[in-house]
Amino acid sequence: MKRILLPLLVLGALSGCETLGLGGEKAAIEDRNAGQTASKSSASTTNSAASGGTQTSALGAGGLNGKSLDGDKMQMDPRKDPASPLSKRSIYFDFDSYVVRDEYRSVVEAHAAYLNGNRSARVIVQGNADERGSREYNLALGQKRAEAVRKSLSVLGVPESQLEAISFGEEKPRSSGSSEQDYAENRRADIVYGDE
Amino acid sequence: MHSLSRYFVIVLLPLLAGIAGQRAHAALEIQVTGGAANKIPVALMNFQSASNRPNPELTEIIGQDLLRSGQISLVAGTAGQQIFEPSQINYPAWRGKGADAIVIGQIVSLPGGRFEVRFRLIDTIKQTQLVGLSFNIGPEQWRAAAHKIADIVYEKLTGSPGVFSTRIAYVQKRGKQYELRVADADGQNGQTVVRSNEPLISPAFSPEGDRLAYVSFEDRKPIVYVQSLRDGSRRTVASFKGSNSAPAWSPDGSRLAVTLTRDAGSQIYLINTDGSGLKRLTISSAIDTEPAWSPDGRSIYFTSDRGGSPQIYRVSSEGGEVKRITFEGTYNVSPDVSPDGKYLAYIKRDSGRFQVALLDLATSQVRVLTDTAHDESPSFAPNGQLLLYATLSGGRGILGTVSLDGRTRARLSEPGSDAREPVWGP
Repeated sequence: MKRILLPLLVLGALSGCETLGLGGEKAAIEDRNAGQTASKSSASTTNSAASGGTQTSALGAGGLNGKSLDGDKMQMDPRKDPASPLSKRSIYFDFDSYVVRDEYRSVVEAHAAYLNGNRSARVIVQGNADERGSREYNLALGQKRAEAVRKSLSVLGVPESQLEAISFGEEKPRSSGSSEQDYAENRRADIVYGDE
Repeated sequence: MHSLSRYFVIVLLPLLAGIAGQRAHAALEIQVTGGAANKIPVALMNFQSASNRPNPELTEIIGQDLLRSGQISLVAGTAGQQIFEPSQINYPAWRGKGADAIVIGQIVSLPGGRFEVRFRLIDTIKQTQLVGLSFNIGPEQWRAAAHKIADIVYEKLTGSPGVFSTRIAYVQKRGKQYELRVADADGQNGQTVVRSNEPLISPAFSPEGDRLAYVSFEDRKPIVYVQSLRDGSRRTVASFKGSNSAPAWSPDGSRLAVTLTRDAGSQIYLINTDGSGLKRLTISSAIDTEPAWSPDGRSIYFTSDRGGSPQIYRVSSEGGEVKRITFEGTYNVSPDVSPDGKYLAYIKRDSGRFQVALLDLATSQVRVLTDTAHDESPSFAPNGQLLLYATLSGGRGILGTVSLDGRTRARLSEPGSDAREPVWGP
């Protein structure tokens, strides 16, 4: 490594050319470790010169932050109760449509009521899109679906401070195939609570 | 005739990252359709070689570069023919084969594992040397030397600077991991600069090529980062409420155009590269995204569905009136402006096929350049003569280049990889 690095730097300096740092092999090993230990920290970290110019990104450890158990409340979290409309989190959209269909009214109303009754609760509405076409444009289409659900909750009195609409676009498909059925599954917005 | 050795210049090649020649690389697949009528015919002779040289042959890399350009055709010599010095050239014979120029060279093994690479480009009609150079290189500079020679030959013959020594960035999916990689313009020597278990999209080179802006989903939503390629350090540039995406560098490198949803649906904003000075650029109730700067920095092209279907529009980078640019079809997205500002490349959907299209901004003529069906992310080469794009082959993402006349297409990705989101850097 050292033998290669020295001429690399010298030549880089002479020619004004940029180097990306050392070869990827070493960094790959470090990164794997970072991935395995990422659950300790939900924040992303930047590891610069030490890993040879390869930047390691801690993985978002969603839901792994510990929450103290409340011994008084032994009943089920209503959001997880299959009998409650609060357990329903996915809202599907017609092709090229960004209107929350009537069949989801009870779901949206249940979440609005929960949020209005629990001011500390916070919801992220995650929009999705099928894989056809531009990734960035699909990100915007997913955003449109998330915004539609966010607005429905907002109209029912939920303050903006409890709501965030974001998009995964086509990047995190629930159904990875390329049939009409798969596409329909991915034209979707999901309601996710901040503590989940 | 002058002593030609007088023209030799010792050049230290700019060193590209990565180590070449330590393993055999898969050959590029280059597809040329249509006649060679408007191509410059060149005879590229195998260089006199050293036994300890890295693989593959230097002339193989040079030849693939020149072919990929779409502006040069290679004239075959007689099998086994060996020409290393100008005195060995039979000019009438090469003119008879149709060669306008001939490239000859030698590789000499030096102590310490280094090599001297000499080459000459000779005009077969005037019987004069157009250029002759010598490079003193280490084995890790093998591919860089080949690209440099291809650049010099290309520029001498076409008058445009070559792009074979430039770099590209793209995202590769490997299992469940996403890797943002920087590679040579021929897709070789790739090196990972970001690795994540969450998606990475929309890389964009700074005008100097020393930084990459990109979108990462590692923190549970899309956030725009700028990362130094010098030391790997990075900065969060846009992490507002909602989604943050589609970074595009202003030509002076001071600002990014980005798509944010903090105030409304997806809208375009300008932001300094340190995250300060946020300014909203578009104001609509529609989707406005995928900003692309004109080379003079005065205009921004973008995708919007304000007219009912996604089309490309243009707005001054100071804001104000918006002008529609594309009219043919119902889905035109992902604009990129040529370095001379004359052409717009984008993705056009036609009968369910997504293809790379080229719009002449002066005449409004549109030409579809590819025959594939899932093309994405067209990006101009720095000399404006080639486009890099992503498409699908056998269910996997691959990268390709296409010449502006659509007649020369090359596949850059090695079989087995899954690549997408390419961008051509300086």
